[in-house]
Amino acid sequence: MYDASKIVAGLAVFAVLATSPLWFNQISAAPADEPELQAPPNGATQCVEATEYMRANHMDLLNQWRDSVVRDDQRMYVSKLNGKEYVMSLQKTCLDCHSNKSRFCDSCHTYAAVQPYCWDCHLVPEEAQ
Amino acid sequence: MIEKALSGGRSYWTWIFGLLVVIGGGVACWFWQFSEGLTITGLSRDVVWGFYIAQFTFLVGVAASAVMVVLPYYLHNYKAFGKMTILGEFLAIPAVIMCMLFIFVDMGMPNRILNVFLHPSPHSMMFWDTVALSGYLVLNVVISTFTLSAERREEPPPKWLKPIILLSIPWAVSIHTVTAFLYSGLAARPFWLTAILAPRFLASAFAAGPAILILLAFFVRRVSTFDAGRQAIDALAKIVTYAMAINVFFVLMEVFTALYSDIPEHVSHFQFLFMGLDGENTLAPWMWVSSILAIIALIVLINPKTRNNHSWLLFGCVAVVFSLWIDKGLGMVIAGFVPSPLGKVVHYAPTAPELMISFAIYAIGLLVLTALYKIALEVRGQLKKA
Amino acid sequence: MKSSRRGFLKFAGLSASGTGEHEPPATEGKRLAMVVDLRKFSKNDELLQKCVDACNSAHSIPDFGDDPKNEVKWIWTENFETAFHSQEFHFIREDLKGKPTLLMCNHCDNPPCTRVCPTEATWKRAADGVVMMDWHRCIGCRYCIVACPYGSRSFNWKDPRTAPNLAGLGSESYPTRMRGVVEKCTFCDERLARGEQPACVEVCENQEMVFGDLNDPESEVRQLLTEHLAIRRKSGLGTQPEVYYIVDDPRTLMEIAPAAEVYEREEGGHD
Repeated sequence: MYDASKIVAGLAVFAVLATSPLWFNQISAAPADEPELQAPPNGATQCVEATEYMRANHMDLLNQWRDSVVRDDQRMYVSKLNGKEYVMSLQKTCLDCHSNKSRFCDSCHTYAAVQPYCWDCHLVPEEAQ
Repeated sequence: MIEKALSGGRSYWTWIFGLLVVIGGGVACWFWQFSEGLTITGLSRDVVWGFYIAQFTFLVGVAASAVMVVLPYYLHNYKAFGKMTILGEFLAIPAVIMCMLFIFVDMGMPNRILNVFLHPSPHSMMFWDTVALSGYLVLNVVISTFTLSAERREEPPPKWLKPIILLSIPWAVSIHTVTAFLYSGLAARPFWLTAILAPRFLASAFAAGPAILILLAFFVRRVSTFDAGRQAIDALAKIVTYAMAINVFFVLMEVFTALYSDIPEHVSHFQFLFMGLDGENTLAPWMWVSSILAIIALIVLINPKTRNNHSWLLFGCVAVVFSLWIDKGLGMVIAGFVPSPLGKVVHYAPTAPELMISFAIYAIGLLVLTALYKIALEVRGQLKKA
Repeated sequence: MKSSRRGFLKFAGLSASGTGEHEPPATEGKRLAMVVDLRKFSKNDELLQKCVDACNSAHSIPDFGDDPKNEVKWIWTENFETAFHSQEFHFIREDLKGKPTLLMCNHCDNPPCTRVCPTEATWKRAADGVVMMDWHRCIGCRYCIVACPYGSRSFNWKDPRTAPNLAGLGSESYPTRMRGVVEKCTFCDERLARGEQPACVEVCENQEMVFGDLNDPESEVRQLLTEHLAIRRKSGLGTQPEVYYIVDDPRTLMEIAPAAEVYEREEGGHD
């Protein structure tokens, strides 16, 4: 190989730079901020499904709700957790409890740099600061 | 082979740079359109399709016209077209790319464009148009890649390519037919609701496309040693002549049906185009220029003395392209919307950002065309030196 | 079963004889329709604007002011000549000359708009015939607008929330739509789901607009159509629009019963 030392050196620099997201945070002094989710201001403790389930699946759940309401005109949801019935509505059901979007929805979404397009159309309640 | 597009003299790179500047300007405008919305175009509640879709309609015809070279050569062994076919295919590819780009910039939600494939709707002609155009692009890329690389190795193209090439012939006809079907099946738009729309589209495509091909062949002859051949160019010229004559005949048929039946719904659109309606007459001068150019083009092309004279032929081809571009790229689409289904006459003219984005798409097409032709010429050039 | 040429011709003849012609196309459930009683609308009627306003506020529809280019409307007024171009003539009855009428999506039985949509973002609901919109799926190609013979559909050329009338909407309001999608009247499907009438019908005090299920022989809309002469827009195109306009002479309103009684009808038959 011509210029072997330069090439190997360049590859080594590249490898270090390319893997930096993996090791940089390990060696930094400060621990990462975790997103802080505000509990429902109206005091509700039970969501439509269990918390862990919602954390993992709320995107899918909302997509299902969307298709069910808009495309099938089926608006009642039966919770797998306790069989309770809920109206499938982002604005009327989800935001009824999680009424502070910036301290609930946005906390994780901003942290994860995710931009769901819900809010292009759906409206949020007036936020109490 | 792609590296051949990356080497060139000063004029080559100046041309490329100029195209990139135009593309840059258009892309910036498109980002503005993406954030503000299509309100920055001249479109409105009544004229919902305008310059973008009109360019798409014209360019689908150009893309389909490669078949006019492929068909004689592969189906009837018309050897004279041997050198032309690669020019034809390499014109079809950027034409299809431009078609797709014009559709893309016209979408209200371009980020959702894959919904057409995720939720297929066979009852919609637009679904089939998307399928047909995508398939045609793939076909042409495959065909031209394998024929050109076979040529480079001085071998015959692989046998399995022949059926694919034969497939591209009806496929080319179908892309423009299905585009015509977008328009000609709509009860709401009497101006387009005519059985002759698809034949008219094909006739004007088979006139404009080969005319552009002749102009490109002349240009290529100027800047390289590549010569498609006298016989090929003269045969193409005859194709342009017949196609243009048939197209003009079809247009006159449309005019007769509308004007003789005197049904207001049909007459009003022709009136808008050629005379203006309720004070809206922006398109009238364009349409008259288009008609006069069509007549002049026919005179030049039908007369063998002028058709066989390549200076006259160049003029005739320019007249054909310009006349048909006005007809499809300005008149046909916009006139479908004026007057509106409620009889309202609304003004439409493309805005500056709309035009800038359109120029950028044409520049992208020219860029792809330049690169492909450069590759083709270099491959042929190499063969000549050996 | 062997089918002979003779048998086939007999069957074809019977089918073509018109036994199928006057039957409405089958639907799975309801056939929702709107009847607009033009006799009850006068030329300067405030009710016209009330109906339009009811729809606009129920659906967070943007008002861009004097800007016809970006206009979004689900229900609006046009005069009789514009709405019924093929029906008007010079010596038409005086009350119809220049009469403003309410136009909206006709929720056709044979809609050309749903036929052309490449993503099924708009479709005709089998259960009740409403031509629906899915704003999550629409790609904004505007083909449905091109295909609609009635000009019922609007496109969001810009972000509707830039309209001054939509500032400060809260979560009790109907979601706005985003720039880049097509929208139109949905017969208030969100209200139908709650067992309510469409917003424009609710503000009518004397059944100027009546909404219901044409498949129900007892419904109000059915009665109205059997008792009065009604026309539809561009009925020759085969779209089978389900918005009907009663064009009886308004003087018949007084002849049927004294003024007060005409407006008292039984409840029931509403959907």
